[in-house]
Amino acid sequence: MSGAPAASFWVYLSTSPLFWLGLTLGAYVAADAASARTGRHPVANPVLITIALVGTVLLGTGTDYATYFAGAQFIHVLLGPATVALAIPIVRYRAEIRRNLVPLLAALMVGSTTGVLSAVVIAKAFGGSATLIASVAPKSVTAPIAMGVAREIGGLPELTAVLVIATGITGAVLVTPLMNLLRIRDWRARGFAVGLAAHGIGTARALQVNPVAGVFAALAMGLNGLVTAILAPIIARMI
Amino acid sequence: MPLRSPSVLRPLVLLILLQFIGEALARLGGIPIPGPVIGLALLALAAGMVPRLFSEVEATADTILRHLSLLFVPAGVGVLQHLGLIRREALPIVAVLLLSTLLTLLATALTFAWLARDEDAPRGSDEP
Repeated sequence: MSGAPAASFWVYLSTSPLFWLGLTLGAYVAADAASARTGRHPVANPVLITIALVGTVLLGTGTDYATYFAGAQFIHVLLGPATVALAIPIVRYRAEIRRNLVPLLAALMVGSTTGVLSAVVIAKAFGGSATLIASVAPKSVTAPIAMGVAREIGGLPELTAVLVIATGITGAVLVTPLMNLLRIRDWRARGFAVGLAAHGIGTARALQVNPVAGVFAALAMGLNGLVTAILAPIIARMI
Repeated sequence: MPLRSPSVLRPLVLLILLQFIGEALARLGGIPIPGPVIGLALLALAAGMVPRLFSEVEATADTILRHLSLLFVPAGVGVLQHLGLIRREALPIVAVLLLSTLLTLLATALTFAWLARDEDAPRGSDEP
C-alpha cells in the first residue's frame, strides 16, 4: 500500500472525462435526495448544492475547469434538447394558456422590462463597472440568449453565464417565501413569475412544486428570452 | 433485434433534430433567437397538431425535464473561473442578484395575478 500506485491511479482518474461526468451525476443524485428529504425546501436548491459539491472537489484537487468540462460537457449539451422538450408541457396545458393570454402577455412586458431595467440601475447604483452592468443586464433569461445579448452590448459572455445561473438559483430560492408572504396562491402567476425572473432553474423549481406552475414557468422562460433579446440592447443604450 | 428502436431514443433524436432545424433557421434567417427556443416553438406547433407525435415524445420529454436542474451544473461550476472578478465586484453583484430578482418576481406575479383574477374570476377557486 505505498503512495505511488494510488497517486498514479489518481493521475489516471483525474484526467478521465468519465470521472468528472460521474462526479457531477453522483453529486446531483445526492443533492436531489437531500432536497427531497427537506420536502423541496427552497433553500435546499439542488443546482446550488451540486455546484458547491463539485466546486469543492475541483478546488481541493487543484483541477482546472477545462479538465472538468471535458467530462461535464456531455451533460451541458443536453440543455438544448431539454429546452425543445419544454414544448411538451406547454402543449399539454395549451387550453389553460389560451384562457390566460391577456394576463400572460401583460405580465411578460412588465416583468421583462423590470428584469433588465432594475438590473442595470441597481448595478450602476452600487458602483458596478461598465463590463459588469452589460454582463448582468440579460441575467433573467436562459444562458444562450443572455450570452448573445451580453456580447452585443459589451459584456463578458462567460461572466454572464455565471450571473445567469446565480440569478436562477436566487429566483428559485426566493419565489416560494415571497409568494407566500404576498398571499399569491395562483399557481399560474407563481410559475410565470419564476420562469420569467429565473429562466430554466426557476422552471425546474416550478416543475418540482406544481405541474401548472411548471407549464407557465416554461412559457415565461421562452417568451422572456425573445423579449429580452430585443429589449436589453435598447435599455442598455439608453442608460 | 427488435424491429422498432427503443422509444426513448427516437424522441431524443427528434429533439436534437428540432434543435438543429431551429439553429439553421436562426443562422440562415438572421433571427436573434437561439436555435433551441425556435425548436421549442416548432415542437409545440407540431405536437399540438399531431396527437401521435405528442404521445411519442411525451415520456422522454418528461424524463429529461424531471432532471432539468442537473443540466445547469456544468455551466454553474464555471463560477470558479471568475472568482477574482466576482470578489472585486461582490457588492453590486449581490445587490443586483437579490434586489433585481425580487423586483422582477414581484412585478410579474402581481401583474399576472391582478389581471387573471379580473378576467378569469370563476376559476379563481380551483387554485390550491
